[in-house]
Formats: sequence, C-alpha cells, structure tokens
Amino acid sequence: MALLDVRDLKTYFKTDDGIVKAVDGVTFSIEKGRTLGIVGESGSGKSVTCLTIMGLNAKRNTITTGEALFKEQDLLGMGMRRLRQIRGNDIAMIFQDPMTSLNPVHKIGNQLTEAVLLHQDVTKKQARARALELLKAVGIPRAERRVDDYPHQFSGGMRQRVMIAMALINDPDLLIADEPTTALDVTTQAQILNLMNKLQEEFGSAIIIITHDLGVVAETADDVLVMYAAEVVEQGPVNQIFSRPHMPYTWGLLGSLPRLDAETERLVQITGQPPSLLRPPSGCRFHPRCPYVMDVCKQTDPPLKPVTGDIDHYAACHLDEETKDREATKLLAGMVAEARTG
Amino acid sequence: MIRYLIRRLLWALVLFFAVTVVTYVIFFLIPADPAQRACGQLQTQQCLEQAHHFLGLDRPVYVQYGKFFGRLLPFDFNGLAHGHSPIKMPSLGISFANRQQVNSIVGGAAPVTASLVFGGAVTWLLISIPIGILSALRPRSLLDRGAMMFVLIGISAHPVWIGLIFLYLFAFKVHIFPLGEYCNMINPPVGTSCGGPVQWFYHLILPWITFAILFAALYVRMIRANVIETLNEDYVRTARAKGAPESKVMRSHVLRNAMLPVVTMLGMDIALGLGGAIFTENVYDLPGLGRVLRLSLDNFDLPTTQGIVVFGTVAIIAFNLIVDLLYAAIDPRIRLS
Ligand SMILES: Nc1ncnc2c1ncn2[C@@H]1O[C@H](COP(=O)(O)OP(=O)(O)O)[C@@H](O)[C@H]1O
Ligand SMILES: [Mg+2]
Repeated sequence: MALLDVRDLKTYFKTDDGIVKAVDGVTFSIEKGRTLGIVGESGSGKSVTCLTIMGLNAKRNTITTGEALFKEQDLLGMGMRRLRQIRGNDIAMIFQDPMTSLNPVHKIGNQLTEAVLLHQDVTKKQARARALELLKAVGIPRAERRVDDYPHQFSGGMRQRVMIAMALINDPDLLIADEPTTALDVTTQAQILNLMNKLQEEFGSAIIIITHDLGVVAETADDVLVMYAAEVVEQGPVNQIFSRPHMPYTWGLLGSLPRLDAETERLVQITGQPPSLLRPPSGCRFHPRCPYVMDVCKQTDPPLKPVTGDIDHYAACHLDEETKDREATKLLAGMVAEARTG
Repeated sequence: MIRYLIRRLLWALVLFFAVTVVTYVIFFLIPADPAQRACGQLQTQQCLEQAHHFLGLDRPVYVQYGKFFGRLLPFDFNGLAHGHSPIKMPSLGISFANRQQVNSIVGGAAPVTASLVFGGAVTWLLISIPIGILSALRPRSLLDRGAMMFVLIGISAHPVWIGLIFLYLFAFKVHIFPLGEYCNMINPPVGTSCGGPVQWFYHLILPWITFAILFAALYVRMIRANVIETLNEDYVRTARAKGAPESKVMRSHVLRNAMLPVVTMLGMDIALGLGGAIFTENVYDLPGLGRVLRLSLDNFDLPTTQGIVVFGTVAIIAFNLIVDLLYAAIDPRIRLS
C-alpha cells in the first residue's frame, strides 16, 4: 500500500466567470521515502493538486471529488479535526515564496515551536530545543542567536531554510514542496535542493516536489508526473521520462531546459500560452500548441496508456509509438550534441 | 531612538509655530475688534483706546505674538533678575471676554472633550471590530450586507443631524436619555445637578454614539478589508498547513496583522476627532473645548481661541508620538531610526 494514493482527483473553483477546472482527474501515488516530481508550466494545476490534498482550498467556492488516501485514510473525506492532526505532523508543506510565507510579527523561533506544540505533548523549553536543533540541521549560522530574530531579518534563502525546518520539525512522513526554489537565485536554489536531498536521507520523508523546471526534477525526483492544463499527460520513473519521453509536451519541457550555448539551433520549443481552464480545448488539451497535431487529437482526449517496454511509464498521446520513439531519440540526440558543442 | 525623538520634537515645534502664527494672522485679518465688545454700550474713542491698550492690541502683531510665546515658556527671566525662581507655569494668557485665566478655561473644558473623544473612540472600536471581523469572515452574507449599509449611512450622516435625531427620539419622545448636559465624573462643582461616574457615563452615551458613528463606519470598512486581505496572506496558509486550529489562526496570525494599520489610523483619527467633537459638543450642550472654541470665536476672544489651538496642537502631537511608539512596539519591522 502506497503512503499516499491519489485517485481521480478533481478540484473545481466556482468563480464569477464560471467553473475553473483547476485539477481534472489526477491519479498518482507515492511510496514511503520516495520523491515524486510534479512538473508543468505555471497554471497547470500543480499547486491546487497539493493544496487540495492538504485541504487548504477555500471551502466556499471549491468543489472537490476523488480520493486522497494517506495511510489508507481519505484526506478529502475526513473531519477537520483529524485533518488538522495530520497537517504539519504527518504531512508538511513548504511554499514557493519564502518572503511571504512566514508571519512578519512573530519571531522565527516562536513560529517553529508553534508547530511542535500543536502536535506534541512537550514543554515550551523542549519545543524550543527542538526548534534550535532543526535550525542547525537546515544550516542557519549562529542559530542560537537567530532563533529570536524576526523573518525580515533573514534573506530569502535563509527563510526557505526556516520553512524547511518548520516542515520537518515533527518528522513528517510526507513533505510537499511547492516550487521551493523558484523564488531564489541560482546558487541558493542549488543549496536548497542539496539540503532537501540530504535531509530526506536523514529524516526518511517522502517528498512531492512541484516545479516547472525539469532540471530540478532531474536532481531530486525518483518519479515524475507531467501535468498540462489540469491533467496528467505523462508519468513514470525519472530515468524513463528522461530517456524515452513519450509526449510532445514533455519534449517541449525538455527542449526548454537551459542551454549551455544559446547560439545553437533551438530544439522543440513550446509556443503559445497554456489554455484557459474555464474553457479547455476539445480533445487533447495540448493540441492547439502541438507540432504533431492530427485530426483525432482535436476530437478525443487520449487516455494515459502504458508505454510498451517500460515499467510504470504512462503517456497520453495519440501518436503511434514508433513516431514517438523516433522523435524522442532525435530530440535527445540533439540535446546531447548541443551539450557537446556547448 | 533618541534621534527619532529629537526629529519628532523638532517637527512638533515647526508645526506649533505654523499653527499659532496662522491663528494670529487670521485673527488680525478679520475686521473685528475685541475692544468694541469690551466697551459694550460705551463706544467712545477714549474707551476703545483704553481697551486696546489694556488688551495689548495697540502693540504690533509680532510683539503680541512674542508676548504670547513668552508666556508659554516655562522660564521666567524677569523673575530670575529679581531673585525669584526661574521656573514658572506656562500661561495661555487672560481671556478678552471675561478676564479669566485661559489656563483654567481650557483646564475646565479639556476633561469634557477628552471624555467625549476617548469614550467615543472606545465606542467606535467596540462597534467596528466585531462587525468588521465577522463580515470579513462571511463576505456577502446577510450580516456583511447589513454592515455595508451601515457604512454607507454612517459615512454620509452628519453628527449634528444624528445628534438632533437621537435627542428627539431618545430624550424628547421616549425619555430614556437626558437632553444634553454634562456631569463631572469626579468632584462635581457645587450647584450642579449631577455628578459621579454613573451619571457621567449615562449622560455621555448618546454623545458617544453620535460622535462614533462616522468613525465606526470607516473602521468597519477598513477592518473588513484588512482582515480579508490578511486571510489571503501566505503566512496564514502556512499556519493552517502547520495544523493550527482556525481560532488560533485568527488570533495569532490574522488579527494581529490585520489590526496593525488600525493602530496607526486610530492615532490620526483621534486627532481628527478633536475637530469633530465641536459638532457633538454643541448639539448636546457639553462644555468642552469645542463649545468654548465656538464661544471664543463669537467674542473675538483671541487668547482663548489661541489657548485651545495650542492645547489641541500639543495634544495631537503628543498623541501621535505615543501611537508611533506603540506601533513600533507591536510591529517588529518598524525600527525607530
Ligand atoms: N482559488 C482559486 N479560484 C479560482 N481559480 C483558481 C484558484 N486557485 C487556482 N486557480 C486557477 O487554477 C489554475 C491552476 O493553478 P495552480 O495549481 O496554482 O497552477 P500551478 O501549476 O502553476 O501551480 C490556474 O489557472 C489558477 O488561475
Ligand atoms: Mg503553483
């Protein structure tokens, strides 16, 4: 039994303009201690997927269906009280923008101890000791002194470390990191990713890492979920996704990996904008932007099908497998060549 | 911190000069002569000249202003020369109209206005905080729509109008509240009909509500907007993701932040309220600074007018300073430097 098993998850928002189908039938699971990368352009429903699992959407205008079984209990169906016991204790979450994710009027230390005291029956002193321990673990220099500082006295990278400390403080089984490095500069990004990898070994948590950057996935994930316009379009183990991608959208994401040499000929680049989730395109939602579009793509939405020859690798595309293999090989060869010349 | 205070005090001084000089200039631009009042029926040249001399109005304006300023200083250089103590009580001068010390006129009226303004501020907070928070938590609910109606009415209704309606309804038609009048909270002067905290409170209920409605409306709107905005903050989501119960999220994460701007606004609005008190005091016949100010203007009583202006200015400056210090104490991001 998987640690978290999400089945046919749908999250719709009622807005003044109509119903926004932000997540439209997403299924995936994650095992203990593994890392799942969810990747896709901004607006594809990655954050909403995770916020739904955590029960953090506003209730007033949200319709949620499906299941999210965490240790065989459905997070979507359980009462608020039980869900609160799980949040921050069994499942913790860190967010994209460390500059705004900490409360400006409370000391760092108090925000950390709050998390401990909410879930553990310990004294304030013990909670504080634990907070210090975690601040040291995430590499805050002079943690003893900084524990009583306020968030505005920390840099963005340091705040994200604090957020990670806060998330790990109760030893969660699952850590959800929503674009944890997007708001940071490149050097800090690398440091934070290394830190997360290191802490995963130490704490043994499973991680869901959301990103729009396949580079981040390559560095951290065991498995990958590619999302496009509220749907999963490809999923599988990271080595298979990188060695044999079977969906033009994934090729596009691979093609937009940072180039060493910008002068070389561009590989597949995705043009245009992601579609509106108020009125998504008919058939395959990627078809208006797909260079390989066929008539069938405009009519029917392709289901996720196993990729023959691979294990646990699924893709949703009408192209025949030969074409997909040929194009993928060409793309990867091009990338390698480019990396060499660069 | 010290530098901040010094800068604030210098500003206060500039403000003080500006306000008092403007009052003097306006007074001498108005074609009205307090001496005519002083002489009453006896409008002879001789009386007017005597009165001018007696009131000091025959000296140039800058000399008059200088004397006014000298009286305000707590040092007595003359006294020093004569071997007296150089420290004296600052004086606001003597009223043109009734020869009373302006100090004691202001001293008598200030507690009335303070009762009205501070009690009014408490009233408007008591009304606006719960309504503002509740309507933010339930946007578009019945309560929220009702609150928005209240805001609309409160913002457009003038305190004099509200006061007259209240008096008509609750004092004249139904005798629940007294028809105006003020009762001292402590030490009521002999000969007055009422006194003591209970009477003080009872007589001020209608004035407080009248005075508070406009601000209550503004504050409902502001608090509602602040709370709605804060509820959408990332750190509130963080608190929920930690597993904090909603009551704790509200108390420790939402309200604390949403109320920060309210503290600043409160400082400014209590200062504004000193001006607004004029209307309420006149409707309810409360002997506060506002009513004294109106009478002094009617009588061309410059020392009294100026005394109230000085007192009001100093009170506002002091109050803003206190609020700023308070704000720095509750918002760690503000450093006084
Ligand atoms: N509370 C909400 N109400 C309405 N629409 C929303 C809400 N939250 C997100 N959306 C929409 O859902 C879509 C998916 O958003 P999101 O999951 O944040 O994308 P991303 O993949 O960049 O994380 C976007 O089009 C966004 O505008
Ligand atoms: Mg997102």
